Parts: sequence; structure tokens; C-alpha cells
Amino acid sequence: MTAPRTPLRSRSRGRALAAALAGTALVLSACGGGGDGGGGDDAGSDVEPVTQEQIDEAMSTPTELTFWTWLPDAQKEVDQFEAAFPEISVNLVNAGQGLDQYTKLRTAIRAGEGAPDVVQIEYQYLPSFTLNGDLLDLGPYGASELQDSYPEWVWEQITEGDAVYGIPQDIGPMGSLYRQDLLDQAGIEAPTTWADFEEAARTMKEAVPGTYLTNMPGNDPGQFVGLLWQNGAKPFGFDGDQTVTIDLDTPEVTEVVDYWQGLIDEDLVSTDADFNDQWYQGLANGKYASWQTAAWGPVFLQGTAGNTSGLWRAAPLPAWEEGDTATGNWGGSTDAVLSSTENPIAAAQLAKWINTDPEPALTLALDQFLFVPHDVVLEDQEFLDAAPEFFGGQQVNKLYSELTTEVDTDFGWLPFMDYVYNSFNDTLGTAIDEGGDMEAGLAAWEDDITSYAEQQGFTVQ
Amino acid sequence: MTAPTTTGSAGGATAPGRAGPRRRGHSPAVRRQHRAAYLLVAPFMVVFAAMLVVPLVYAAYLSLFREQLVGGRSFVGLANYARALGDSAFGEGVLRVSLFLVIQVPIMLGLALLFALALDSGRLYAQRFVRLSIFLPYAVPSVVATLMWGYLYGPDFGPFTQIAEGLSLPAPPFLSSGWMLGSLMNILTWEFIGYNMIIMFAALRAVPADLYEAARMDGAGELRIAWSIKIPAIRSAILLTVIFSVIGSYQLFNEPNLLQTLAPNVIDSAYTPNLYAYNLAFTSQDLNYAAAVAFLLAAGIAVVSYVVQLTSQRRARS
Repeated sequence: MTAPRTPLRSRSRGRALAAALAGTALVLSACGGGGDGGGGDDAGSDVEPVTQEQIDEAMSTPTELTFWTWLPDAQKEVDQFEAAFPEISVNLVNAGQGLDQYTKLRTAIRAGEGAPDVVQIEYQYLPSFTLNGDLLDLGPYGASELQDSYPEWVWEQITEGDAVYGIPQDIGPMGSLYRQDLLDQAGIEAPTTWADFEEAARTMKEAVPGTYLTNMPGNDPGQFVGLLWQNGAKPFGFDGDQTVTIDLDTPEVTEVVDYWQGLIDEDLVSTDADFNDQWYQGLANGKYASWQTAAWGPVFLQGTAGNTSGLWRAAPLPAWEEGDTATGNWGGSTDAVLSSTENPIAAAQLAKWINTDPEPALTLALDQFLFVPHDVVLEDQEFLDAAPEFFGGQQVNKLYSELTTEVDTDFGWLPFMDYVYNSFNDTLGTAIDEGGDMEAGLAAWEDDITSYAEQQGFTVQ
Repeated sequence: MTAPTTTGSAGGATAPGRAGPRRRGHSPAVRRQHRAAYLLVAPFMVVFAAMLVVPLVYAAYLSLFREQLVGGRSFVGLANYARALGDSAFGEGVLRVSLFLVIQVPIMLGLALLFALALDSGRLYAQRFVRLSIFLPYAVPSVVATLMWGYLYGPDFGPFTQIAEGLSLPAPPFLSSGWMLGSLMNILTWEFIGYNMIIMFAALRAVPADLYEAARMDGAGELRIAWSIKIPAIRSAILLTVIFSVIGSYQLFNEPNLLQTLAPNVIDSAYTPNLYAYNLAFTSQDLNYAAAVAFLLAAGIAVVSYVVQLTSQRRARS
């Protein structure tokens, strides 16, 4: 779930900078390189870093690239890229969002033809493509030098050892969005701890009939996993080869599960499925007084609940311990390069340039409202100072950029998250939806993904 | 359009009895005819082979293998089928659609028959309008129909909920796990009643009117005519609708798949066998097992359809 369907309001600014900055991009990718000299032996890249001459040559050779992404208006960045590198032409394809696209991608990879050169992949699905070596290690192609430009946890999400498998496009550190008017009506403040949150939920229910402090959907494993991430849980792991870790029976996980069980049992939160019409209406008409969401949430909300403009405020997630500032991540995407590409240098440049060069990166952030984790955006004043009317003039980007540094760094994934998320809906999610026994649902979820992993030939730890 | 005339004239000459000594070889005219026939069916056969036979054979071939994310592909014989037979998720899905079948199909076809008889009786005002309105839902794409019903069923803002709230009654939980199957039955009935009615109605129009006249002479009323003449006369049309409906029930996919966004925890990934096969193929990445499940399902449908046909034939004979 990356920032879905962002509405387009303001039109492009910084276009004037374009030409000037385009030149610097070439220079930026010089030297650096992944290997620390010498022929790389074991893990990671055994490819020599490409030299600037090789890059220059590739970028001035007429080349056609295919780029699959579901990002709305990605043509903007592609146009900028083609202006900067006139010899490269990019064929932009929207092959569906998320799983729809991955299905097509897997089919194309298996068929051995029709796969794109560059493709949008969400963080949690990268391992399912590195598993069979379908992604190109971008380290030798100038990605290694990007490490210092990203928050550490983001870098961890895209790397396995020294290998870099995607260039971050956007991220979703989690916070809370509140309806200030409903909180005022109930006489409460945005809760700072989960214990306060429970109290606030009780007060809200009594004070404003028909309104719940929040909604806990039974169909959103991404959000739920983000909440586990906040509490320091590390339920998943993959060694990049054949061994996976599935560990859902830990205190960090059960604390979160038990907490929500309590709220649901007492009917203090609603349990409507999210991202359907029913839920959009709930957001727009005050059924839910808050939404624990990611950095892409504020803009998404403006598109969904436009009639509530000015009533919302943003805050960090409630903490498990007073003063604790940890949060989790929900969503976001990378642009990866397939190892089958015939033009690895140009493809890697495309993935890298549109997400890190100031012109396209700021277009992504300011025009398409993506939360781009590269410094070029996270340190941009215009981005940080934006004070949307929807949030009563609050500097929401600044808040979320502060949250960006609070995400736990070594949260891992399994190489089959599509199955894991689907299974969530049938197990723990059903318990949430029906007010059933969530711990039993959690156990069923763990059992189900464990047996799937074994069936697929993984060693489970 | 030479075919009919040649059949008329040359047909007699080739009839086995009269052809006598020349029986073995066909005359050039007949051979030409055969060639034309093959030529005419060729486009169909090519598309049929490419789009149906080849994929089917390929699916059957796939179902004999197992492919793991780690470890690659290996031949496993019928192991996938054995696994499917012991798979409770698959079994529950089959039971669920069987339940759907025994409740929804009789209701839908009974109503369709009633409407067809009513229209055929010629005693309705605005007959054409009624016929069209009953048929209209079938013209609505099932995706649109399901989205529409999904909205009507909405537990917070759907019109049924609004009405119930207006009357201070509890809102009917159409999308809850207890009601979902019934809600689906309602959608499918709404969608397909008109289609089945048209088939029956068309068959009724073909029944010779002199039978009715004779029955009336014998003193039969309209109800008696319907029961003893009309329904037996369109038996084969009814059988056709039954078999279509049986197959349709087992293949339920669109409607539950769309309602899944509204009730993702009620409609799980194995709610119907088809949905299960789809999820196996595309989220579990287990194409081989999905192929086995699909084949098993197809075999089941074939058996059930055959049994339906057989029992109705036996009844016809007795």
C-alpha cells in the first residue's frame, strides 16, 4: 500500500531549476561505487563498480527502457529524465497496483520476455524477488554511495548485505491523525500513550455517540504490522537464501494483540474493513475520530474526506511507555531494476535519478505528495514548511519527517509477504472483525504461514 | 450457399441403401462437400484448440508437478490431487457452494418458471414491458450488479439500513458471516432469473397451441394445462437451465470476489472453490496445486451435471 491515488492540487514549481540540475546528476554518480576495492569475493556484488566513463557512454547511447509503475503522473519524472538524457527513451507502463502488478511481473519473468527494465516494488515484496535473483544489485551502478542520504532503517530495507536492490521512492513512517473538533467535543487531548488512548476511546464513546476514537480494520495487515513494528517486534526474517524466521509468539507482538483485543471486546473501537466506500464515508462523516496512518495518510485523507478540511491535526502514534518515541513504517515503494535488463546502466540511472535528483525528487514530493526519504526532500524547506489548510495550518511534513528517524532499523520481511498478508485476513483479521479470540487468531496466522513456508521448501526458524 | 441444394439432390445418391457397389469411395461431389465442411469448421477448431484444448492439456500437465519457491520443480504424480481431497479449505468451499446450489437454484428456477408461465398465459397487462424488466438485470454486467448490491447492503449507509433505522429496527447485517451466503443467493437470483425465464418462455412459445385446445376440450383449466402439458413439454429447456445453474453455482467467483472488498474477513480466500484456485495461483504462487484444484472441481461439476441429467431422464421414462 503505497500512497494510493494522490490527488493533484498544486502544479509544478521548481521547473526552472531543471536544466541546471540535470547536468550535476551526471557528476554526482562519479567515483563511489560499492566494492571496497579488489575483486569482490563472497556475498554481495562481485561486479566491478561501473566507471563514470561507462555511465556517460551508456547514457549517450540511444536506448529504450520500459518502466512499470502505478504512481499517478509518473510521466512527469519520466519527462524530466528524458530531458536530462535525450538519448534514452522510457516506455512508461501502468501494469496495475501492488499485487496485480507483481502477478504480471512474475509471469513475465517466468516467460523470459516482456519484463520491464525498471519496476516499482514495495519494500516488503523486495525479498520475494531477490529470492530467485530477479533483481539487479544496484550497488556497482552507483547506488552504494546513496547510503548517507537515507535514514538508516530505509537503507536496511533495500539492502541485503552489500547488495542494494531498490531505490527508495517513498516511505510511510506512522503517526496519528485526529479530528480535533471531535476530541474537543469529548473534552480530550490527543493521547500520548496507548493507555491514555484507551481512556480517550472510552470518553469519546460516551461523549459523542456514533463516533469511535479509531477503527481497527481486520483486513489491513500492513497497518497492523506497522503497529507491531512500533513496539519493537521482529516477527519476520529471511537470510536471503533458504532460511526464514517466523516469530509471532513474542511479548512485543502479544502486547499489541492483547491491547486491541481489550478495546474491541469493550466496543471502544470499530472494526470496519478499510479502503472501501463504507470506510471512506466513515472518515468523511466523523465515525472515526482518528486514523493511525503513515506519512502518505495526510494527503490521502485530503482526497477522501475533503469536506472535513481544517478539522484534522497530526500527532505521533501513542507510545507504549511515556516518553517513548518509536514508530513503525506502513507502506512506501522502491524502484528496482530487473537482472534480466539488457541496459543495466541506463536502467539503474533511471531508478536512481528520478528518486534522488533534486528536480524529480521534489516533483514527487511537492506535486505528487510522496514522502520521499532522500535528504534532498527531507531537508527541503519548502517541503518541511508546507502548512496545509486541511490540517489547520499545521506543518504536517515536518512532523512526519521527525518521525522518520524513530523507525526501528532491523525490521525484516518474509520472501512471500503476499501470502502472509492474505493469510492475516483469514486468521487474525477475522478475529478482529468478528470480535473473536485474537490470540488464537495470531496463533492460527503463525501456523498457517509456517506450514506454507515449509511447503515451499524453506527452513523455518 | 450451395450446401443445402447439393444435400437435397446428391443426398439420395449417397444413401447407403442405394449407393450399392460405390459405397466405399465417395463421389467427387461429396468429397467436395466434406472439404467445404472441414474448411468451414476450421476457424472454430483452430481457436478451440488454441484457446481451450491446449491450455487444458497444459493445466493437466502442470497439475502433476510441484514447484517450490525454494527447491524448484519436481514431478509428483497425483500428489496434488490427493492433497486437494484432504484439504479442508477446499472441502468447505465445495460444501458452501453445494449449499448454495440446493437452496438458490430451486428458488431461482421456480420463480423463472412461474414468470415464464405467467407471460405465456397472455393474461398480463404490458406483457412486453414485464418481460423486458424481468430480463433487464441479466443485461447488467455482474460486476456492476454486485457493486450495486454491495451498496444496497451497506451496514452503515445502505438504504436498507436507513429504512431499518427510520423504523427503529436493528439494521440487517447483510454482509455478516451468517447472512453472506443468503445475500449472494439474492444477487445471483436477481441477476439470472430473467435469463432462465427467457429460455423457458421461448420453449413455451414453441409448444403447439392445438395441444392446449385439446386439453381445454377435455375440460382442463389453465393450471392443469400448465402442470400437465406446458411443463412436461419444456422439460428439456428446464433441464438445460438446471445444468447451467449447477455449473454456475460451482463456478461462483465474480460476486464473492467483489464483495470481498466490503467484507474481507467474511469472504476468505477459500470462500468458493474458484476463488480458492485463483488465490492459490496468484497469492500463494502455487500454480500446480491450483491446476489440480481446478481440475478436481471440473470433474465434480461434470459428475453432478451428469447425475442431474440422468435422474431427470429416468423420471421422464417412468
